[in-house]
Amino acid sequence: MGMTMTQKILAKHAGLASVKAGQLIEADLDLVLGNDITSPVAIHEISKMKKEGVFHKDKIALVMDHFVPNKDIKSAEHVKEVREFACKNCISNFYDVGEMGIEHALLPEKGLVVAGDAVIGADSHTCTYGALGAFSTGVGSTDMAAGMATGKAWFKVPSAIKFNITGKPAAFISGKDVILHIIGMIGVDGALYQSMEFVGDGIQYLSMDDRFAIANMAIEAGGKNGIFPVDDLTRAYMEEHSDKEPVEFVADDDAEYTAEYTIDLSQLRPTVSFPHLPENTHTVDESSRIQIDQVVIGSCTNGRLSDLAVAAQILKDKKVKKGVRVIVIPATQKIYLDAMEKGYLKTFIEAGAIVSTPTCGPCLGGYMGILAAGERCVSTTNRNFVGRMGHVDSEVYLASPAVAAASALTGFITDPADVVSPSDVAGPWND
Amino acid sequence: MQAAKGSVHKFGDNVDTDVIIPARYLNSSDPKELATHCMEDIDKEFVQKVKEGDIIVATKNFGCGSSREHAPIAIKAAGVSCVIAETFARIFYRNAINIGLPIIECKEASEKIAAGDVVSVNFDTGVITDETTGESFEGQAFPPFMQKIIDSEGLVNYINNSN
Repeated sequence: MGMTMTQKILAKHAGLASVKAGQLIEADLDLVLGNDITSPVAIHEISKMKKEGVFHKDKIALVMDHFVPNKDIKSAEHVKEVREFACKNCISNFYDVGEMGIEHALLPEKGLVVAGDAVIGADSHTCTYGALGAFSTGVGSTDMAAGMATGKAWFKVPSAIKFNITGKPAAFISGKDVILHIIGMIGVDGALYQSMEFVGDGIQYLSMDDRFAIANMAIEAGGKNGIFPVDDLTRAYMEEHSDKEPVEFVADDDAEYTAEYTIDLSQLRPTVSFPHLPENTHTVDESSRIQIDQVVIGSCTNGRLSDLAVAAQILKDKKVKKGVRVIVIPATQKIYLDAMEKGYLKTFIEAGAIVSTPTCGPCLGGYMGILAAGERCVSTTNRNFVGRMGHVDSEVYLASPAVAAASALTGFITDPADVVSPSDVAGPWND
Repeated sequence: MQAAKGSVHKFGDNVDTDVIIPARYLNSSDPKELATHCMEDIDKEFVQKVKEGDIIVATKNFGCGSSREHAPIAIKAAGVSCVIAETFARIFYRNAINIGLPIIECKEASEKIAAGDVVSVNFDTGVITDETTGESFEGQAFPPFMQKIIDSEGLVNYINNSN
């Protein structure tokens, strides 16, 4: 029996010729990640270990992104603790205010992850790097501590589901619509304990930012990881961002999949996840006139440059609906700067939106856009659980940057095609 | 490994880590403080009702969402001795084992056990007994590797003991 792409990467990192689904292995890690919420707990755990220090000072990334700039005294204490740990252990990839970005946008941008890597991160959206052809998965703080100390982690080798992506995207269809559609189809536990392997000729039309958004939300279907094959677009991205040597893995022809699905990009409609589960999807056509109070455009799912570009093209020379608070959050300092140079930030501010420095803030109800009881937000983030963005009686509707920007103009959930012609917004639908 | 016994608090599908411990409390990593907000956004009275040794029974995909270890830490520190569910989200599953919070998968038990029942769990055999109704269920016992981590009361001790 052949191996899936994920299984091949895991076998290589476990020093085995082959592995099969269900097998317990110990794998060498190329990178261990933590943030300002999860790292303090990991630091407490690592202090209990007999082993001194960390396995490799260059293979640990500590990104202060959730509650920074520090939202309160307790957050400041946490970040201080991580800062001191990073300093003491000479961690080269410690990112504090001024250098930080949202971790899953920052690490690929800094070239810290390339194809073939095995990565764990104490953040559930660590699965994002599957877009680069890496195995990456979210873990908790104790796994992170063990990973920092030993450079290893235990895994149960996952089985896989194959998603065959075909066709060319219809107007305004982005990676976000693809993954929301998939989660709506298979449910929030549809890929529980499994890999989600994306293949097919439709992938050529998906930008790296689209692929990051898709892999990012594999966890919202319960997946262990989401992974894309490496193509010329991936190679060009890695060449531009990283000095590391990628290793390309290809699934065997006779690899086993527990299920296969086909998604035709030309048939998708902009998709929205209603409260309170990401699987509760509806097309934008079924979402009309749902009044909103706030729009968030950002996060590790959709805070990248092309996300801001789409939003800026929709908001250009227009005003957001009075009474709607629109919060735009570029995911990294580089994206912030690029968006500034391209004029997107000016567009947002002139439209009546605000632009924040990089932070996870509102996505998890931390700060920078908390909702009151009864309020609704259209958000390009990744979770819409009860109380996710604030009060337990508030509501989050997950959508693409195009839908979020269009909704900002009207004050209710809106099909982008109702406010702008698809030909006026750059995207594969115009190529 | 010791057995668990206590009265049951019942929950449904997809209990996510945001309702187990809302992010507004993640500026703390103190187990005692986290425990005071355990399950707050799904059952405001949970922390008043829960007693040392009590058991949580839920259905599918318990602990989905964020990787925050604060979730199993809050449950453990609130006094819960075991979580029984049909399935667990994978990161929660790892985290619970790694911090030494006993969990067990059993579809039948998750459906049939009612809130308030007194339930005991034998972790060596995987047998779950509803002492209120007298019914027994066969839970999924851990593979030996995970059993060793649990017996060491968590991953850190396991690593310390094996090196």
